[in-house]
Amino acid sequence: MLKLEQVEIDNGGFVLRADLAVPEGGKIAVIGASGAGKSTLIGAIAGFHPVVRGRLSWRGEILNDAPPGQRPVAMLFQDGNLFPHLSVAQNVGLGLNPDLRLNAAQSEKVREAIARVGLSEMETRRPAALSGGQQSRAALARVLVQGRPLLLLDEPFAALGPALKNEMLDLVQDLVRENGATLLMVSHDPMDARRIASQVILIEGGTAHPPQATGELLDNPPPALRAYLG
Amino acid sequence: MADGAQPVGHRAGLVAAVLVAALILGCLLAVFLRAETGRGMAAADWAGVRFTVVQAALSALFSGVLAVPLARALARRRFAGRRLLIALLGAPFILPVIVAVLGMLAVFGRNGWVSLMLGWLGLPPLQIYGLHGVVLAHVFFNLPLATRLILQGWQEIPAERFRLAAQLGAGPRAMWQLLELPMLRRVLPGVLAVIFAICLTSFAVALTLGGGPGATTIELAIYQAFRFDFDLARAAMLSCIQIVLTGCAALIALRVSRNDGFGSGLDRPVQRWDAAGIAARVLDGGIIVMAALFLLMPLAAIGLAGAPGLHLLPGSVVVATLNSLLVALASTGVTLLLSMPMAITIALGRGRAVELAGLLGLAASPLVIGTGLFIVIYPLADPFDLALPVTALVNAVMALPFALRILVPRAQQVVTRYGPLALSLDMAGGPFLRRVLLPRMRAQIGFAAGLSAALSMGDLGVIALFADPERATLPLQVYRLMGAYQMQAAAGAALLLLVLSMALFWSFDRGGRWHAEA
Repeated sequence: MLKLEQVEIDNGGFVLRADLAVPEGGKIAVIGASGAGKSTLIGAIAGFHPVVRGRLSWRGEILNDAPPGQRPVAMLFQDGNLFPHLSVAQNVGLGLNPDLRLNAAQSEKVREAIARVGLSEMETRRPAALSGGQQSRAALARVLVQGRPLLLLDEPFAALGPALKNEMLDLVQDLVRENGATLLMVSHDPMDARRIASQVILIEGGTAHPPQATGELLDNPPPALRAYLG
Repeated sequence: MADGAQPVGHRAGLVAAVLVAALILGCLLAVFLRAETGRGMAAADWAGVRFTVVQAALSALFSGVLAVPLARALARRRFAGRRLLIALLGAPFILPVIVAVLGMLAVFGRNGWVSLMLGWLGLPPLQIYGLHGVVLAHVFFNLPLATRLILQGWQEIPAERFRLAAQLGAGPRAMWQLLELPMLRRVLPGVLAVIFAICLTSFAVALTLGGGPGATTIELAIYQAFRFDFDLARAAMLSCIQIVLTGCAALIALRVSRNDGFGSGLDRPVQRWDAAGIAARVLDGGIIVMAALFLLMPLAAIGLAGAPGLHLLPGSVVVATLNSLLVALASTGVTLLLSMPMAITIALGRGRAVELAGLLGLAASPLVIGTGLFIVIYPLADPFDLALPVTALVNAVMALPFALRILVPRAQQVVTRYGPLALSLDMAGGPFLRRVLLPRMRAQIGFAAGLSAALSMGDLGVIALFADPERATLPLQVYRLMGAYQMQAAAGAALLLLVLSMALFWSFDRGGRWHAEA
């Protein structure tokens, strides 16, 4: 269980409040108007924005002050998820050892993950030699080897076309199902939420509301969400 | 970020900044304490101040005024070799002063090319020594700098503005008043201030082309008090004057100049509709040709005069060359060891004080630092034994502001763009440094190293203060050969110096970009 108890998050003066819990294995979309604080919520869970009040915990362990790299979190950002000077295999390998000293078993794991996302022949390529979709796949391969129980997506597929984006979301769904990971995904597209998320955290008025069932919420939106959905 | 998490530490940068500040401020303090202020300033000192300010003002004025038409011509013309010419405008920055001076002598000197042509017309030869020689050399060095800065101003006028003005039927006059004059009003003061500040601390040019009671800069007077009279108190007092002058000039320059420097993207000519007339075309062409000749002839002269002497260089030149290479490499190493941690700290946003320490080098002139170091070292050891290490150290500190200017923006970019990803992958510290920051900054590190190496290789400053007859760097050896009227050997050694400086710059810069990927 991921718990945010009476939490206040400070993002450079903007304060977001949250008092909610996410069940393990949940697939949650975080939606809200732009600037509402979607990325702030995700960033706080990942350790990039300080939790100034309340408790942030995972399986009972308090995370408030844990450094980003030592949280049970794998995260994909809006862009820049790959280091352009490293090959696909190296970028994926970082998920196992940040200094890229990999033993044979780890290298094998990297190869398997790359194969799983369908990039087998491209291990030695640099990101610049990949298409946008392939870059996303490479980043997902790293998420796979990281094996963290929480996967946070801050709109990493926003720059992809609709078909490609759906393809990536399906891949994410498969990977999450295989690992039993908990997914929190920022989205501004309600169709994404319907496609992949069973629950939705709505952010409005400086507050992140507890998760609600996706279908119910989107079918009967409260006024703030209705205004956003148009 | 939560608990201030950063992908790399900021302490090393603080340590480096403290070292730099301690060195510079320590030298200034030593100079202040040693100066005998009670003695007051002699008439010669006032003359020195006056000459220093006048030559710097004239140099700034001529460089700035001449750069305007040149920059305009380059901004509105496309021609084969334009890129090369603009790249070449960056070269004087790393050109050893003594090489340029020898080149100027060959072209504008008493027996130079121009005097020769004047002789054919029955006119007397040129006199290059004195105020006009000093200003001429400074214009040679700073016209290109001014041109680059002003050209950048021109290219920052959005192309849409020119299109709009053309659509309104604006001719050259209207274009000038509408777009170009406002830009120049914004850019030119900064350019003048920067060049003025640079020329205030001019030493090597004044040493070779000035001198005498009428043409001595403060920097040169420090050297003379030191070498000829061994009057440390007077050298220290002159250093205090120099500190006040350069400090004020640096403050003014920082205030009015914009934060650019090594402009990139200057090779994009703007589409213009107002300068198609034949007169404008001839004017621009003539200006570009004249400028290219002015800048290239001295270098060509060194090549022509030096090549025959290359194979009979005296042994002293070989030793001096090795000394110079050692000094240049050591100085480059020190520059990088100081500037990289400082750049990282500044990039992390923890570096107001560090930035300040990095700028201190601009406010202190090499000979002032040298005098300070001499005063500090003198009671402890024989300063002349330490001539080469001291030269390397001072050169490193002098190159620091430029290195930081190259490194900081890139470090900021890398930390902002890849910091969060690295943190989320638990790469903080060594792995981030080795796997991300250094590889991503290779090109900038190479450029900074190349600049620092070439500047140190060509430096003729502190070494002149500290060297005994047995010890010299290559630039000093060239100067000594000139002083001994061995012009053939001097030209050969100067050519060697030119080639080595450029080669050092090229190999570091190239090494940084070798196999580098976007």
